[in-house]
Amino acid sequence: MNMALGDQAFTRNGSGQLAIEARGLVKRFDGTLAVDGVDISVPEGAIYGILGPNGAGKTTTLRMLLGIIDPDEGSRRVFGHDRPHDIARLIGYLPEERGLYPSMKAIEAIAFMGALRGLPLAEGRRRGMELLEKHNLAHAAERQIRQLSKGMAQNVQLLGTLVHRPRLVVLDEPFSGLDAINQGKLERTIRTLAEEGATVIFSTHVIHHAERLCEGVAIIAGGKVPYAGSVDAARDRIPAQVRLETRAREGGWLAALPADARREGDFFYFSLPEGGIEPMLRALIEGEAGILSLSIERAGLHDAFVAIAGEAAARALGEESEAEMRR
Amino acid sequence: MTPEPNQGQPKARLSLGQAAFVVARRDFHAILFSRAFLFFLLGPVFMIVIATISGSLGNRISQEAINPEVGVAMSAPDTAAMLAAHEKLATELGGSMPPMSAVADAGDPGFDPRAVLEQRRGNYAAIVTGTLAEPVLTGPKDQLPYFSGRVALVAAAASGKAPVEFPSVATQTVSTSAANERTGQVLTAQLGQMLLFLLTMLLAGMVLSNLVEEKANKIIEILAAAIPMDAVFFGKLFAMLGVSLVGIGVWGSVGGALMLLAGQSLPVVPTPAVGWPAFLALGVVYFGMAYLLLGSLFLSIGSMAATVREVQTLSMPVTMLQLAVFFFASYAMSQPGSAVEWGAVIFPFSSPFAMLARAAQQAGLAQHLVAIVWQGLSVTLLVRAGGRMFRKRVMKSGNAGGQVKRRWWNRRTAEAA
Repeated sequence: MNMALGDQAFTRNGSGQLAIEARGLVKRFDGTLAVDGVDISVPEGAIYGILGPNGAGKTTTLRMLLGIIDPDEGSRRVFGHDRPHDIARLIGYLPEERGLYPSMKAIEAIAFMGALRGLPLAEGRRRGMELLEKHNLAHAAERQIRQLSKGMAQNVQLLGTLVHRPRLVVLDEPFSGLDAINQGKLERTIRTLAEEGATVIFSTHVIHHAERLCEGVAIIAGGKVPYAGSVDAARDRIPAQVRLETRAREGGWLAALPADARREGDFFYFSLPEGGIEPMLRALIEGEAGILSLSIERAGLHDAFVAIAGEAAARALGEESEAEMRR
Repeated sequence: MTPEPNQGQPKARLSLGQAAFVVARRDFHAILFSRAFLFFLLGPVFMIVIATISGSLGNRISQEAINPEVGVAMSAPDTAAMLAAHEKLATELGGSMPPMSAVADAGDPGFDPRAVLEQRRGNYAAIVTGTLAEPVLTGPKDQLPYFSGRVALVAAAASGKAPVEFPSVATQTVSTSAANERTGQVLTAQLGQMLLFLLTMLLAGMVLSNLVEEKANKIIEILAAAIPMDAVFFGKLFAMLGVSLVGIGVWGSVGGALMLLAGQSLPVVPTPAVGWPAFLALGVVYFGMAYLLLGSLFLSIGSMAATVREVQTLSMPVTMLQLAVFFFASYAMSQPGSAVEWGAVIFPFSSPFAMLARAAQQAGLAQHLVAIVWQGLSVTLLVRAGGRMFRKRVMKSGNAGGQVKRRWWNRRTAEAA
């Protein structure tokens, strides 16, 4: 079993109540290991990200958490239940592959998705209309799904995911295929959901969304989880980066810079020394380096991801992110 | 978005029946107002074409199943002469001469051919009594003209007078005979099986189309996440059953109206052994069972396939299987009580067809109760196995099956594409 680093450290508001608790999840397809010992703990009310490149095992992990498929090994509990279907009414799920009946009207599609989770059709229609109005989509209520744009159809499906007011919302690559404006709207929706008490889990290969939204993340690479814990703790695993600009180009003060310092134009870049910045600063001043500017930047989640998941995973992620941005 | 946690609600999930109902309700409405339903309503036209094509097979089965005989109940020398003449003529005339045999208890005092026919002893369509010079033919009114000429020919040959002089055959009628009744019941069984087969073929195809649509629209994962796959399968099956009952209602109304218009000019289908009310009720039940069995098989196979193309490829052998099952049940019908017929009764997919044929030919309802329970159990097992296979084999990757390894049955198709 691959114990997740920092997993136990991440709790929200000290409540200790877990929306999801998975231990040692393993899944094989045709003998190929798709997920290899995943441990995840998601506190109630948190916004939690599952990060990793395509093919890393994110979707398979989510499907196991939701009971769509069963793990070959390991256990999962959702709100304390072993069988997620037993509490289907408390869960909303937006799969990566968006799907709606093309001939169904938008309002009917939302009501149908609510009905699958136990919401009476009439109530589903009423709530669906409220949601459509709130999202400026009331004009689309009576239109067939096939008559909607892709973005609108995705919004309708998201509303269908939320119409029964789930306590746990699981979104698989929710930002995929959305333009920048709709991505912003979705981020606001996710924040609102969490503010109102719902737990939100989403998978993504675009780190920026997770960095902006999540309190906790699990990084999946090659079916394993090398890190699961708070975003802060992930970022703290990488030393802060220092950028230094000096008037002098040469001098004895250069010896005071850390071994990993590199020069790029007028600037030096290096990791914040373990002993702090003060001893080095003193040496630079005494050596008459002529400090023009100095900044210390905390490592981003992307840097943490690079360090944790490894160079290869990061490269794949970068390529996908670029492609996503281009789209 | 204003999600308020669903606290305080009585249940956190739908029951299997409720979940199946949600799926069934959606599918029922979607199909009823689709073009597919229009094609379904046009099904009887297709049915007539198939019935015409398979008519020759039906005739052959019918002949094998009925094989009505003419019993000879004359004096011993006359009977022997009649049978010898028949044997000679049958060799020369082939199929146009009906089989003829001696009636076992013809020598009993008080022997009455009417009683033998009415009590359905033996497999006699008619019985010849009297003498070679004055034969008397007893049988159902509608069959006497067919047999009387042939009996006259045999009698003439037996008395050595043919082909110059033929005795006149006196006739007496009975209301029915064993052969006459069996002929009718076999016809009823054939018609029942044919109807059952065509309906199930149409419906199972529609279920498969429905699953293909589901896969194409990527709805299936939403369903699988919210409710058990068993519920999805049951919902789909019962939705289609509901649609078919609407279709049958339409056909029944049209058929009824036609019969009223045509009055007595339409042929009357012979009464089945269990009687019309029970036969019709069993017909509906066996139709439901045949459809559920085949539909659940289609869904199970469809669920194994990862892509729409695979589903379509797999539907071909299943259609062939449907045909094979139908012909198996039709063949078994001609051999009641044989191992083949029992096999058809026990094998779940042919069981509804074989049992409907039994309902037409054998009285007694207890056996049908057992068969229905057995068929229902088979449906449940198939649906559960299908649901399990679906969860195991289809939900493999984020691309909903797009990345899965191609299986043997679709490699060639994929390569060709």
